[in-house]
Amino acid sequence: MKARVFVTLKPSVFDPQGHTIADALHSLGYNNVGDVRQGKFFELDVNAASADQARQLAGEVADKVLANPVIESYRVEIE
Amino acid sequence: MIKFAVVVFPGSNCDHDTFHAATAVLGHHGECVWHKETSLKGADVVILPGGFAHGDYLRTGAIARFSPIMPAVIDFARKGGPVLGICNGFQVLLEVGLLPGAMLRNSDVRFHCEQVFMRIEQTDTPFTAAASRGQIVQMPTAHGEGNYYAEPQVIRDLESSGRVVFRYCDANGGVTPAANPNGAINNIAGICNETRNVVGLMPHPERACEPALGSADGLVVFQSVVRALAQEGAVR
Repeated sequence: MKARVFVTLKPSVFDPQGHTIADALHSLGYNNVGDVRQGKFFELDVNAASADQARQLAGEVADKVLANPVIESYRVEIE
Repeated sequence: MIKFAVVVFPGSNCDHDTFHAATAVLGHHGECVWHKETSLKGADVVILPGGFAHGDYLRTGAIARFSPIMPAVIDFARKGGPVLGICNGFQVLLEVGLLPGAMLRNSDVRFHCEQVFMRIEQTDTPFTAAASRGQIVQMPTAHGEGNYYAEPQVIRDLESSGRVVFRYCDANGGVTPAANPNGAINNIAGICNETRNVVGLMPHPERACEPALGSADGLVVFQSVVRALAQEGAVR
């Protein structure tokens, strides 16, 4: 089973990298692109009995390691 | 003679300079402790040095916090032992939760490697005990992620309880945006924990401890802990 974890900076946190990318896009003429936020994507190969179990495991791993709760939040997708 | 333990993670690169400051410059005992060890071997002071522990993979300091040596460091800190985190070491202390908040990428997305001025705001920590309040010190920064962030309530707590220990300033002590190399909230360069024995700062005192390095202003950080421990009368 694959667990996909998407980690992003919390909305209240300034994202200088995303901002830089947005500026770059604007200078390339993509004026229809507004704000850009950069995040992280993790794909975990999970040995679990069910999707629920996989989701729980991924959440635990995300809480403990993959995301810094001070500045990041995450969501999990199971395949 | 007090004993400094300098923890070495794979990718730490300021351990030698920190060891040099404590031993050759200050004249005390030093020991480099590899991150896989589980004992601090009777150290009186623990320093987490600068560098790129674990290549900064995942997040700076994020993997180092799980190193085998960290339970001993946490225990030492909980018992009131003086712990100093320099740059990457500060990042590790944040990830491990010994200090509140987190580091973001520098706001201009540039690695800053330059001399900065800081104002010493508090002298009641083991690492600023030999300084005077408002003392201006100059030392080098070398970091890509020194943009200190914490939630508004945490920042308010830090400020109201006098736990901002170092603040970026200009040569005259003015706390201005221009003097802030990385966008850190309130120009925060270094903080301490509630029991004031754990201190983290982004600039490098070990790189400013001899005149030949361009500044010896960083020596006060090391001299302070020697004085603080002597006053405590506690040599472990």
